[in-house]
Order: sequence, then C-alpha cells, then structure tokens
Amino acid sequence: MQHRYIPMTDSDQKEMLKTIGVEHSDELFQDIPEKVRFKGDLNIKPAKSEYELTKELSALAGQNSNLQSHTSFLGAGVYHHYIPSLVDHVISRSEFYTAYTPYQPEISQGELQAIFEFQTMICEITGMEVANSSMYDGGTALAEAVNLSAGQTKRKKILVSKAIHPESLEVIYTYARGFNLNIVEIDHEDGLTDLQQLQSELDEDTASVVMQYPNFFGQVEPLKEVETILEDQKKTMMIVSSNPLSLGYLTPPGEFGADIVVGDTQVFGIPAQFGGPHCGYFATTKKLMRKVPGRLVGQTVDENGHRGFVLTLQAREQHIRRDKATSNICSNQALNALATSVALTTLGKQGLTEMAELNMKKARYAKQAFEKAGFETVYSNKFFNEFVVKTKQSVSSINESLLSKGFIGGYDLGQFNEKLNNHMLVAVTEIRSKEEIDNFVQEVGAING
Amino acid sequence: MAKQTDFPVIFELSQEGRKGYQLPDLDVPDVDLDAEFASDYIRTEQADLPEVSELQIMRHYTALSTRNHGVDSGFYPLGSCTMKYNPKVNEDVARYPGFSMVHPYQQVSSIQGALGLMYDLQESLCEITGMDAVTLQSAAGAQGEWTGLMMIRALHEANGDHHRTKVIVPDSAHGTNPASATVAGFEAVTVKSNNEGLVDLDDLRRVVDENTAALMLTNPNTLGLFEEHILEMASIIHEAGGRLYYDGANLNAIMGYTRPGDMGFDVVHLNLHKTFTGPHGGGGPGSGPVGVTEELAKFLPKPLISKNQDGFYFDSDRPSSIGRIKPYYGNFGINVRAYTYIRSMGPDGLKQVSENAVVNANYMMRRLQEEFHLPFTQHCKHEFVLSGKNQKKMGVRTLDIAKRLLDFGYHPPTIYFPINVEEALMVEPTETESKETLDEFIDAMIQISEEAKDDPEIVQEAPHSTVVGRMDETQAARKPVLRYYREES
Repeated sequence: MQHRYIPMTDSDQKEMLKTIGVEHSDELFQDIPEKVRFKGDLNIKPAKSEYELTKELSALAGQNSNLQSHTSFLGAGVYHHYIPSLVDHVISRSEFYTAYTPYQPEISQGELQAIFEFQTMICEITGMEVANSSMYDGGTALAEAVNLSAGQTKRKKILVSKAIHPESLEVIYTYARGFNLNIVEIDHEDGLTDLQQLQSELDEDTASVVMQYPNFFGQVEPLKEVETILEDQKKTMMIVSSNPLSLGYLTPPGEFGADIVVGDTQVFGIPAQFGGPHCGYFATTKKLMRKVPGRLVGQTVDENGHRGFVLTLQAREQHIRRDKATSNICSNQALNALATSVALTTLGKQGLTEMAELNMKKARYAKQAFEKAGFETVYSNKFFNEFVVKTKQSVSSINESLLSKGFIGGYDLGQFNEKLNNHMLVAVTEIRSKEEIDNFVQEVGAING
Repeated sequence: MAKQTDFPVIFELSQEGRKGYQLPDLDVPDVDLDAEFASDYIRTEQADLPEVSELQIMRHYTALSTRNHGVDSGFYPLGSCTMKYNPKVNEDVARYPGFSMVHPYQQVSSIQGALGLMYDLQESLCEITGMDAVTLQSAAGAQGEWTGLMMIRALHEANGDHHRTKVIVPDSAHGTNPASATVAGFEAVTVKSNNEGLVDLDDLRRVVDENTAALMLTNPNTLGLFEEHILEMASIIHEAGGRLYYDGANLNAIMGYTRPGDMGFDVVHLNLHKTFTGPHGGGGPGSGPVGVTEELAKFLPKPLISKNQDGFYFDSDRPSSIGRIKPYYGNFGINVRAYTYIRSMGPDGLKQVSENAVVNANYMMRRLQEEFHLPFTQHCKHEFVLSGKNQKKMGVRTLDIAKRLLDFGYHPPTIYFPINVEEALMVEPTETESKETLDEFIDAMIQISEEAKDDPEIVQEAPHSTVVGRMDETQAARKPVLRYYREES
C-alpha cells in the first residue's frame, strides 16, 4: 500500500533496483544474519488514517484536565503564563522547526542569528557575560554546572541547598556519579537555606555552592550573604538556578558574583506540555567561556565583510573532543529557545519588569486572601510568585476535590519532605484574576473545613 | 560595527517606548513591593530587551526564517541525522490542550490520557526494538547514551565488578559515544574498523578484557554498513562479561527487518527526532528513550509509567534505579509526535520506511560511485559514505563540494564524518524523498564533479547564491563575540 509519507511507487522501485543490480529489495538486507532476521509483523497497532487517528488522540487528550479547562495554581518549577499568539506562529515556520543544527552557516543564518539574540537576552536578564544556545532544561543545566565546577576547580565537594527544586537535586546526584562527586546537602530553615551550615561546610575541597533564587518555596535567598561567605574561599564557585522571570524584578545573580547562572525559560513562551520539552539556559563568565557545555553562536563576517553568525568554540564539544569532552550534550532545545526569544521580544524592557511585578502583586493578594480566610501561611514575605499555605486536610485530597470544582490546586510539599505534609505551595501568575483567586481561596477553605 | 547592508539584529530595531505586549490588568490592590525587599535585591538596571511592535517582530522572524533551510525548504541528505519529512498532523496533535497544557504535577486521576499515551509508546518501542522495558525520560540521544551507560555501570557495581571501567567504541563512532562514556565515569577505548568498514573482530578481541564494561555500537554503523558479524561480536563481549549498547541513531534502516534485542543488545537508545519524525527544531528538542533487557530493567531511571487496576501511575518505588536523569517525565511533546507517527504508519508502514530508505540510499550510491570514490562497495543500508579524494586531487575539497551544493538549493550531506574516511561525504536520503529529487541531486553532484575538473574555481569559491558567503570562522573563534552590544551613540 502506498503511504502518504512515502513517495516510492512500484515502478520507481523496479527501476531503482535495476540500477542497484538486484532483483528484490530483500537482497539489500542479506547482510543481516538469518538468525536475527525479524519474521512476521511487529506487534503494534495497525495504521490509522489521519482523520481516525486525530479523532482517537483528541479523545485521549480530552481525558487530561488541563490548564485551559481548569484554573491552575500549580507551579513548583513549571508555570502557566501568558504566551503571545505570535510565538507559535513564529516557531511554526517550518524553515525553523524542520531544520537541524546550523552546521552550514550560509543557509542557517536565520537560526544562528536567532540563537545569538537568545544568548544576548539571557546575558541581559541574568547579568552574566556569556550564555549558550540552550540546555535540555533547568534541572540538567544545573547538574552540568555542578560537573563543570568540579572540573574547573579540580575539587569534589559540592554544597547544595536543599531548598532547590527536589527533582533538580536528584538529577545532580545522578550526573555527579560519573565524576564521583561528594554532594553535601545544606538544610533549610523557615524556607531559606541554612547559611550557618553552609559556612561551616565550606572548605578548601569545595568546588561550588548551589543555590536557587528564588528557591523552591518561592523565597528569595539572600545571595548577598552567600557572596560574603564565599569570600573565604575564592576558588569555590557560586552556582545559582534562577527563574528568569523573577529577574525582571530581582537583582540578577551576576551582580552577586555568581559564576554560573542556570534555569529554565519555560516561563517565556513555552507551554507546560506535561514537563517537556522546556528549555534550559546556561550563563557564565568570560573566564569560563571555553568550558561551557553545548553550542555557542558567535558573530563574525563573511568573505565580503558582511556580518554573519556561526557555531563557534566547537573545540569544547563532544564531536571534536570525543572522550576528552566534559559534557556529551549534542541536540539541545533550539526551537524552544526561539520561542523564548520571541516571547521576550514581545515583552521588551518594560514588559519583563511589568510581568514580574504583576506576578508578585497577584501572589501577594492571594497570600493575604488565604490569611484572611483563616489559613496559616509560612515563611517570610520576601517571595516571588509562590508561597506556602498550611492545610488541615492532606493537600492531595484537597487537590482531588478541587478538580471537580474546576481548579488545579497547588503542589503538595509533603511529596518530597514528610515534615511538610499538609503544606501547599501555591503559584499565582499574571494570568490569574482577582475573581479566580477569591474563588480558589473559598473552595480550598470549604474543602479544608 | 554593523553596516547599513547588514541584516539587522532585533536589538537594532528597538525604539524606546514601543510595545509588543499586552498583559492582563492588575485587578488586585496595588502594593509597594520595594518596601518588602532590602535594596540589594531590587534590580536597578532593567534587562536591555528590544522594544518593538508586534508586526516588527513577526517581520523580523519571518525574514530570519527565509534565511534558513529546513526539510520543508528542500532536500536535506544530512547523513546520520535522518532528516525525513515531519508530518504536520504530529504538530497538531502535540498542540491539543490536553497534551500541551498539562502540568506534570497534576493529580494522577487528571492525567490518565497522557500516561496512557506514554505507556502505549513504551510498549510500541519495546516491540520495535525487541527490548523488555523502556524509559521515555531522556531528552535526546546523547542523554540516552549516558543513561544507558549509567545503568550498565549500576549492573556491574551490583555484581561487585567495580573493575569494569572500560567502554569500547568503534573509531567510526559518533563523538557523543566516547563523550558519554567519559561523562558516565568510564574510560573510552577505541576498536578499529577493517577494510570493509566493519568492526575488526581481531582488534575487538584484542581490546576486550576483564575490565570491559560495554561495547557501544551503531548498527548499521556510521558508514551505513550492517555489522554482519554482530552475533560474534555479541558473544565476544558477553563472554568477557561486558554488555552490548545499541546506539539507535540508525534504526531507520532496520525496522521490521531485525531488532537490537534479537541481535544481542542489552541496552538501546532511540532518537525519536530521527527515525520517528520528531522535528529537529534547528538543533532540538529531541527525545532519546532507552530500552533494556529484563536484567537491567530495575536500574531504569525513576519514575516509570506502570499500570494497575486503578489505571496508569508513576512507579517511583525503584530502589535499584540509577535515579532521576531529568526533571518531570521526558520531552513529552516530542514523544506525542513520535507516537502519532507510529500510529500513522503501523507495522507495515514502518517496515516499508526501512525498505525504501535502504533502496533510496543504494540507488544513490550506485549512481554516484561512478563519479566519486566509494571506499566501501558492499550494499549499504539507509546511508552511505563517499570520499572526495578524487576531487581533492583537482584542488576541490569536500568542503567546497558541500558549499557548491548550496547553490543548487540543497542542504549538503554530513562532511568530514566519520573521521576514518578521507574527505568524507555522508549521504542519507531517507524514505520520504521521491526518485525525482534523488535524480536531481545526483545530477547536481555529477555536475559539481565535472566542474571540479573543468572549472574548479566555481566550486572553490562557492556558494554564489546564498544570503551570506563563507564565514570567517577563525575570527569567530579567536575573538569571540557571543552577544550583541548596543553601539554607544
């Protein structure tokens, strides 16, 4: 049967096989040993026509509650923000999405320049000098930063705040195993990293200190104090994972002397899509430029003196360094980096600040609304767009009941820390209206009893 | 300094006060944020992002897109990358709100559709590869390689075999293979290829020893040749106590003809953005699921999608797991596209994909071998490697040939890879290209070879028709300019 994605007709094939010099296409597979040749049909579902398949898959998609069908207050690293229509129109240009890595600069200037612009925007937001073309996501970007710090300092001890995203912490452990690093967890108190413990653990074996800013609980860590503590150990690197939207308001980590700043740009133009693909960013100093994992685009000129862009400093990368490489990343998240560039371009200088402040103001209103409704909120008022509410019922049971009321509730902090059972991490973004917030607080109150 | 004639970067279009956004209103009482924070934490200088209107943005990116070549623009025979057609229905399905707007931490009861899709995709990939269990977590092929090697490492450690520190990699392997071995804490050891472009079995026996952890193999290999001694290789590795790793970059050649699991592989990674039509996105995102045999299943990364009487759930209770390799559950959006593709093709369709990919490659190879040196003459699988060494004698390098192809509207083949072939040109047509397209490309290649004889300058000075000429890559690397700086006025 002729499939719509495959143009070869019977007569094409006949002619081609004649040129090749075989009677039947099976002869081209004779090099597969008889013993391992697959006989019969693969036991997968039979093909469906486009119409029938979309009908089935749209019904399957319909089984999922989603951020459009429900009003969501769930964040914890993945957020529901406004995505300008423009973003999807740009990334749907198939010259972008059906291309691969821009190895041939003459016919890839579009992609190369888009990445160059992305790198510039990330530098601007984080206050860093150099940014790469993207990483898989914020979590793996952080783990790669940890590995880089160990390689750079030739030290094995890493101090990691336990107030970072719990799944990022797990990823750090997995990535660090290949280099036999010693991960030391620094506890948190009242929603902030215990800086006394950090200071006492810091020594001449410490490669880096890993902080999240704002941290997993939404709290703004005092990076200024971390910077001061690190003055005792000049070689120890400061690695900061940061929600880049928060940097529309907060002082960027670069100004606190961070050596590497990473995070996820999902907040800019990338839908939640069940956790991926998102887009990690990786920003650092000029000093570490030649150690950066992944691809870098640089500006140059062509033979006629015209400005143009190329992949550069490739001697860092796996395809040149092979077993001497310190990262194996090859494919990255280029299309999502493009989505982020477009979203950031729509926002511009003012819009980024405005959006960050909207998040903060609406989140503060929601926090007060919970307090007025008799809930206890924990931790300080120095937060970005997430805060923690104590509940009587289990967060999971509240969330289950909220679904039928049209809400997706906050993150159940008890999932990763038993001490935080009955603590809900509530995220409020710019798209939540006063009415939605009021109704949510009321429903949570009614269920909580 | 930008010239008038240079294509503008977005920052050069910026005018203070211009807007491309409109955010929801502040409908809650305003508060003084600055009162809450010490001044140290309040940003003093705004990020210098461009200020442009919506139409300016759309025109800018539309213009950029026209300065880019994708599969939809024209033939893209980039060897080892499987640049096949990216079906449009995949894009539609991935954008259904029930897939694209789902949060990974929703209640399990509210994501049964997403979990069901992932479960069925896991099952389909098990069947296609002949493996016992699959994780969809890895974000790309390279992450899949590392994940697989970490599992092999965990297995050896669980067996007390801490001395197994070496991973054998063919000299023709993709750079990610040795890099992944290093990042997983192994030492990469190279095994040579023989005159036929296959792994040299004697050399393999020489490098294998009691310290061997694994052999990483692409089959068909990066020369597009099937490692026909695969069963002997498997037994050499297995008898030495090592495990066999399958790099699935070239799975497009063998679907329905043979399966890695049946060939004796213990771990397999796939590139869903190659074989299973996830678009390449200008460099990503990809998706690199990993399949394993029963023996290794307990080491799979957390969590796995499982099923019980209540439905699908995340199985995080996996004490032997290598741990988490990525936040959340993999590049779900790419997995949805791959699933849509598999369901569009079915078992017959997938087999036909491989058949036609192999016929296309062999057809091109036989026609081109008359003009270009063909280092390995047996039938190829889905791709083949030519050498430009005849043309080099006339002063035309493979790089020149690649650049000249740009003038014909083609993306060139992969060049200078694999590294064990002089002046390599690696061609992968895929099954989605018509015979007419292949013929036109072959004609262009033959014309370029003629030009190399008669008028080498036209090739050496190519491209002649692109928006920019050849780039000064030395300057780019020597004085790196990795971001835009506003010119002081």
